[in-house]
Amino acid sequence: MSDLILEPNIPDPDGFYADLLAAHEGLSDDESAALNARLILILANHIGDRAVLRDALTAAKGDRP
Amino acid sequence: MNAPLRDRYPLAFRLYPYRRSADQDASTPARHSVVIVGAGPVGLALALDLGQKGTPVIVLDDHEGVGLGSRAICFAKRTLEIMHRVGAGAEMVDKGVVWQKGRVFRDRDEVFAFDLLPEEGHRCPAFINLQQPHFERFQMEAVTRAQTAGAPIDVRGKNRVDALTDMGDHVLLDIMTPDGPYRIAADYVVACDGAKSPIRERLGLGFDGRVFEDNFLIADVKMTADFPTERWFWFEPWFKSGSSALLHKQPDDIWRIDFQLGWDIDRNTELRPEKVRARVDQMLGPDVEYELDWVSIYTFQCRRMERFRHGRVLFAGDSAHQVSPFGARGANSGVQDADNLGWKLSAVLNGHAPETLLDSYDHERLQAADENILNSTRSTDFLTPKSRTSKLFRDAVLTLAREHAFARPLINSGRLSTPCVYDGSPLNTPDALEGGPARTRPGACCPDAPVGNGFLLDHLGGRFTLLSLGAVGPQIDGVTTLSLTGDALGPELADRYLGPAPQAHYLVRPDQHIAARWGSASANDIEAALRRAMGAA
Ligand SMILES: Cc1cc2nc3c(=O)[nH]c(=O)nc-3n(C[C@H](O)[C@H](O)[C@H](O)COP(=O)(O)OP(=O)(O)OC[C@H]3O[C@@H](n4cnc5c(N)ncnc54)[C@H](O)[C@@H]3O)c2cc1C
Repeated sequence: MSDLILEPNIPDPDGFYADLLAAHEGLSDDESAALNARLILILANHIGDRAVLRDALTAAKGDRP
Repeated sequence: MNAPLRDRYPLAFRLYPYRRSADQDASTPARHSVVIVGAGPVGLALALDLGQKGTPVIVLDDHEGVGLGSRAICFAKRTLEIMHRVGAGAEMVDKGVVWQKGRVFRDRDEVFAFDLLPEEGHRCPAFINLQQPHFERFQMEAVTRAQTAGAPIDVRGKNRVDALTDMGDHVLLDIMTPDGPYRIAADYVVACDGAKSPIRERLGLGFDGRVFEDNFLIADVKMTADFPTERWFWFEPWFKSGSSALLHKQPDDIWRIDFQLGWDIDRNTELRPEKVRARVDQMLGPDVEYELDWVSIYTFQCRRMERFRHGRVLFAGDSAHQVSPFGARGANSGVQDADNLGWKLSAVLNGHAPETLLDSYDHERLQAADENILNSTRSTDFLTPKSRTSKLFRDAVLTLAREHAFARPLINSGRLSTPCVYDGSPLNTPDALEGGPARTRPGACCPDAPVGNGFLLDHLGGRFTLLSLGAVGPQIDGVTTLSLTGDALGPELADRYLGPAPQAHYLVRPDQHIAARWGSASANDIEAALRRAMGAA
């Protein structure tokens, strides 16, 4: 079991951020929200570890995991 | 109290016509062991079990039979196994529509499929569809057969229980009949009087939970059609008759169709036959001929009592807990309540167990109710997303599922009833079979398997049994032994009960749940486990 990584972990952070924004370009708010939901589900499945996912939910809410 | 008897619903079958009982002429209230209030599927299941154990039981119902209308149709494997044990299962499976597969569609596309029994070697199928009135009729026929064979069961129609008084060492019941009121006394009363339970109300006991803000139109339609005998469920169906729809085959060319209507509807308008037919036509196409057999609109809730045992009064079935029907956990869990309670009541009344054994009914069936409520709440949340965001995720799951396998298990159109494993029950002895399969751990219900030309479950139940596999078990007082070695120990048995272990002993309760298991066990080990399973502190 691995822990939730909250230290920098993405190579080329600016490149990733640009990809994320590009994916949403031209979408309505509703379409963007739907895209985000699909993205979360895909990433969550990739992680697959319930403990890590729980910690990620906690961190996203602004609390300490 | 003392209001005249009036039927609250029309009958599908008149099963227990009113007959005057000698108790009505007694000068002091006649004393009985167990009185069950309510002859629904749960009350009758308990009566059959108690009667066959020789424990005298009286069932009181304010009607003379089972009501007309669409209620339960999906009866699960565990229910059928219990009904087999009490002598009503074969007729049910014969008449019922057997199924085990389900398909889920969104619009026109299949997004998920499941198989509820992907292995062989079980007597009973994963599910049958059978109208609840037939289910109760077969139970009542089994009661009649049991009575003929001497089982002390007495079912009294048009006997309405109006009041209960706990007298400390017994309970006094006030009963209304067409010939006026009378009283009886009972050691124990089991309230199987349904979701509106007048007994629960009378005792002022709470019944809290959640109402789901949605209406479901249930239409039973008579037609000849050749859809496969599978559970078909649509999210956002292409035929647009509801925000979801469900199709199930029943016996006698009846099909159950459910349409999800939403919260703000006018019930009377929606129930008009032309309105219902418009929805059904959209689904089936204009050329399909059918008759409307029965139509009703339901809202659903998930709730339970805080405790199911209140001294000498115990609650079972819908009176104790209620779930939304997606998952078929209502009647199926109620029958398991009955199965859990029957042997305990018998053991206490026979003096074989302390009356605290009844507290384990509370423990184990509350656990089961919570599991059922959890599952049915989750299904309902998926079906009826309660916020924009939950709808967003629901739709994301359905969209992804078309392309990607990972999203399919997230689709929840109902998780169908399976028996609860009583993990952590005070009646369990810690697992002592190294490497033993998880599905047969203490607390679990015995999975069936072929034995000779029959099935394992036919040899278990009714009494405590020591099931030994690959070994011969010791003789213990009060325990039946069943030792399976050599050719009698087939591959399914070995797979389900041994795993990598060369031999095992299982102590199986009268309700076919596992109390203890060992690789090897002394008579002392088994006796200690037996005392524990009988509620010794
Ligand atoms: C649309 C729908 C679909 C369903 N589908 C399924 C399904 O597929 N599978 C499933 O497992 N469950 C299903 N259920 C749930 C199932 O119908 C119930 O869980 C089941 O009927 C509960 O049985 P019961 O014996 O506890 O109560 P009930 O069946 O309600 O029986 C209670 C009995 O007590 C009697 N009674 C009440 N008050 C008194 C009194 N004062 N004195 C004497 N008698 C009294 C009543 O007349 C009645 O006969 C469905 C329910 C609905 C509404």
